[in-house]
Amino acid sequence: MASALINVPKKAKRGDIIEIKTLMSHIMETGYRHTATGEVVPRDIITSFSCRYNGVEIFRADLFPAIAANPFITFFAVATESGKFDFEWIGDKGFTETASASISVE
Amino acid sequence: MSVSRAIRVAVLLIAADIAASPLAAAEIPQDQRRSGYSFMTPDTQAMQDDDTANPGMLWVLDGEALWNSKAGAAGKACADCHGDARASMKGVAARYPAFDATLGRPVNLEQRINLCRVGHQQAAPLAFESRDLLALTAYLAEQSRGTAIEAGIDPQLEPFVAKGRELFMQRQGQLNLGCANCHDDNWDKRLAGSAITQAHPTGYPLYRLEWQSLGSLQRRLRSCISGIRAQAYDYGAPELVELELYLMSRARGMPIEAPAVRP
Amino acid sequence: MRKPEQTSRREFLGLAGGAAVLGAVPIVTVQPVEATQAMLATAIRNVVGEAVVRTGKVKLDVPPLVENGNTVPMTVSVQNPMTANDYVKSIHVFNEKNPQPNVGNFYLGPHAGRAQVSTRIRLADSQKVVAIARLSDDSFWSATVDVVVTLAACTEEVI
Repeated sequence: MASALINVPKKAKRGDIIEIKTLMSHIMETGYRHTATGEVVPRDIITSFSCRYNGVEIFRADLFPAIAANPFITFFAVATESGKFDFEWIGDKGFTETASASISVE
Repeated sequence: MSVSRAIRVAVLLIAADIAASPLAAAEIPQDQRRSGYSFMTPDTQAMQDDDTANPGMLWVLDGEALWNSKAGAAGKACADCHGDARASMKGVAARYPAFDATLGRPVNLEQRINLCRVGHQQAAPLAFESRDLLALTAYLAEQSRGTAIEAGIDPQLEPFVAKGRELFMQRQGQLNLGCANCHDDNWDKRLAGSAITQAHPTGYPLYRLEWQSLGSLQRRLRSCISGIRAQAYDYGAPELVELELYLMSRARGMPIEAPAVRP
Repeated sequence: MRKPEQTSRREFLGLAGGAAVLGAVPIVTVQPVEATQAMLATAIRNVVGEAVVRTGKVKLDVPPLVENGNTVPMTVSVQNPMTANDYVKSIHVFNEKNPQPNVGNFYLGPHAGRAQVSTRIRLADSQKVVAIARLSDDSFWSATVDVVVTLAACTEEVI
């Protein structure tokens, strides 16, 4: 059961710089671990994260095995208009998850 | 843990004269008791303090969803009998492990959840350390955040608390250590790079950075017991429940801080 | 060819495995190939090409002493306006001694308002972490920190 924890302020004034915090559950298996019998545990990570604000991409990240499990990513955005933030995580083995949060800007 | 590291640990401890000395069995004075939180660096503490950044909250979210979803042949959700967990489950985790009259012995929170699943939902029990069981336990424990621990008060639990204390004190394993050697006698010192805490289970189930996952107190106990090169009890074993019970009663009065974060 | 310490460790683990394994196949970490200075330099060159990388503007916040290398909080920020004509395009983070030199690439723009990203990274050993920012004028700025990573007293195999 993959779940995401998103933290976006519900309200902001136009022009405010807001902090967006995201947390996604994922093992982020590095691909460098081995079983006791010597087989490699295959890589299974989130490779890309993006955020769109009313359809326009405002943030994107390439993630590598060096990002810790249950990736926590925070970034900033200028609140320009009311609407929605859409988040997307894409990774190995066809992993894809989305989440969204609304904001009201006055 | 690798044998080379075990040997290094043993050498460190022998040098510190712990293995040689008799069991001091000096219980920590009530006013000196400190949560494992206080032994962490500010960065790790910050991870626990912020619900929007605490990875343990991912399991709490899952647990909330499970609480409300129907399960088993009876087609009931936990919520159907217990209602809103925020009200009905407040304080519950603070008094577990609790005495179960039918079994005539204490059960921990995980076992209680499974007893409910099998008995009332007619659903299969959840495997120990499975994501679902951890999620439900985390969700329940979080409802008791801030509540003072009161486990072990029931007089019927007395013999089991005593048994748990015995298990805590006894030396075992290749390193011939008892839990008390580190956690009663040498807390606030360091074992290799890690701080030795007082071993109060105020934050369970917790997100351990070493595990990169949420895990139960039994997982931690098994890991410690393997660490001193003794055979760890199976999940759900009476010994582990008795140890849990003793640890919780030893922490009586301290507030629950689940889901905690630990290194 | 296996390093001697790897072989003997496998043998020990095989012996110890009988006692430790409780049904599940335990996962162990053996010493992987480490990123070298050359790999780090190549990874940086892939991003900056032949451009000069200047020190400054970038602030890399990582605790100097880390409790557990599995999850290290990191904040990288760039002292630069974020206007339509002058902004931070991207921030690239690298490490020195993990098996791979890249940690993450973060793409910003004027919409960001502030060039600051936080995440949690893995550090396999005490090492340098490098952050390089690319500005809208395609200039590159960097910061480097030294991090000491302590290993847990008893690393747990998956039980």
